Amino acid sequence: MKGKPLVSIVSAGLSKFGKLEGLYAREIFADAAKEAFDRCPNLNPKKDIKALYVGHMGESYEHQGHTGATIADWAGLLHVPATRTEAACASSGAALRVAIQAVLSGLSDIVMVGGVEKMTHRTTAEVTEYLAMASDFPFEQWQGMTFPGLYALMATAHMHEYGTTEKDLALVAVKNHYHGSMNPKAHIQKEITLETALNARMVAWPLKLYDCSLITDGASCLILTRPELAKKYTDTPVQIIGTGQASDTIGLYERESFTSLAAARIAAKQAYEMANVEPSDIDVAEVHDCFTIAELIAYEDLGFCKIGESRKLIESNETKLGGRIPVNTSGGLKSKGHPVGATGTAQAYEMYLQLTGQADRRQVKDAKIGLTHNVGGSGATATVHIYRRD
Amino acid sequence: MSQTEPFTIEQLCKYMTQHKLMAARCMNCGKTHFPPRPMCDECYSKDMEWTELPTTGKVLTYTVIHLEPAQCQALAPYAEGIVELENGLRVPGMIKDVSADQIRIGIPLTIEFEDCKPTTQWPQWPRYHFRPA
Repeated sequence: MKGKPLVSIVSAGLSKFGKLEGLYAREIFADAAKEAFDRCPNLNPKKDIKALYVGHMGESYEHQGHTGATIADWAGLLHVPATRTEAACASSGAALRVAIQAVLSGLSDIVMVGGVEKMTHRTTAEVTEYLAMASDFPFEQWQGMTFPGLYALMATAHMHEYGTTEKDLALVAVKNHYHGSMNPKAHIQKEITLETALNARMVAWPLKLYDCSLITDGASCLILTRPELAKKYTDTPVQIIGTGQASDTIGLYERESFTSLAAARIAAKQAYEMANVEPSDIDVAEVHDCFTIAELIAYEDLGFCKIGESRKLIESNETKLGGRIPVNTSGGLKSKGHPVGATGTAQAYEMYLQLTGQADRRQVKDAKIGLTHNVGGSGATATVHIYRRD
Repeated sequence: MSQTEPFTIEQLCKYMTQHKLMAARCMNCGKTHFPPRPMCDECYSKDMEWTELPTTGKVLTYTVIHLEPAQCQALAPYAEGIVELENGLRVPGMIKDVSADQIRIGIPLTIEFEDCKPTTQWPQWPRYHFRPA
């Protein structure tokens, strides 16, 4: 048995992802919390849950700050200490790490951790502006840079340095839409063709519409406890055996490399070492495919292939369901959707399903060890977590 | 030039309105900071001096923005890139007067400062852009 369990996931919940008209963030989170409570009948939420950590990126969407307390109340956890974490699109990956620390410290035996974002009621221009807040203001946003633009800069550099093509990028979208077509909670449950992806309208060259993740509403959550208490709540806990997190410069331009995220490499190294596993031990992974190029860079940063060789992995179907290491079986941010604050723990939710054999048509056979990779902004925050079936 | 000006982004912006691209050089370890910082992130010294940067460089990577933010409406499609100045420092920004088939990695560019339209609202950051040298 590799890696000592840090904490156990005893339950998990996910709202439907999509355009959830007429619902506020707090109401969407209640859906995710309800699923987690229903999966765990031995838990008395008000009494047993000692802390809540919620990833949430932006007050701008709903003109609502103070998310921790608001979410706690609507999740039926009034008076439970509740804290929001913010690290752009890695907000709930960061929340997960804080929640692990809370359990490990001995201060809180059982914690709920999750994330939420309500985005679709805003115009695309507004969302573009709010998302760009995760980048440097004076030299990136104010000089006309956008979020797709930053990842496009990485794509251009990757294409120039390693010969990656627009077709390779499109193949990521085709794969993730295929996976998402089997996820009843995904925002878009529809396969796309390579031609559709390649001929879609341009967003920021070389990234086209299908190279970009979706503007989505959604919420996700997990219930964590100390490994020795887990069996009281479930027969099938999932152990978290590694956690890593790192930061980097807010501006992409200040980094040595535009084709790799140093924060992700550092976080992965920490998590692999803690879990005592190698990249080749990973059976299934959810990586931060906010743009298709981000998934290819993730393969390299996580050691799934050599630097510069991610195109071979996608071209050979190795990361598709049935391949050597299926990536983004949920559909990823690309097809399941990317309610930014919810994404980190939504990736962990997919790991929970995969490692407890509940992923239905998209189940990876005999999956034992999983990994999630959650990135904030253009890579100024990255978190990596490693999971093991009990 | 006075060395008593604070080593802040606001001061850099003031220099930009004078059409100068400036950086802060740490007098303790020699690291040059763009944008300037009041404290060196390498050696923690606050002993800085202003140094003027070259205004020409080459494209390291680029994109063409088709879906623009609200503040750049009517400009799209426009090119954005990261430019490496002749001394190795990197500055991001818009690239004007270059067609889609002209732009590529390595082409030489020069920086141009735009006059800041005074408004009563924050932000009053100046804008600049690059163009073919």
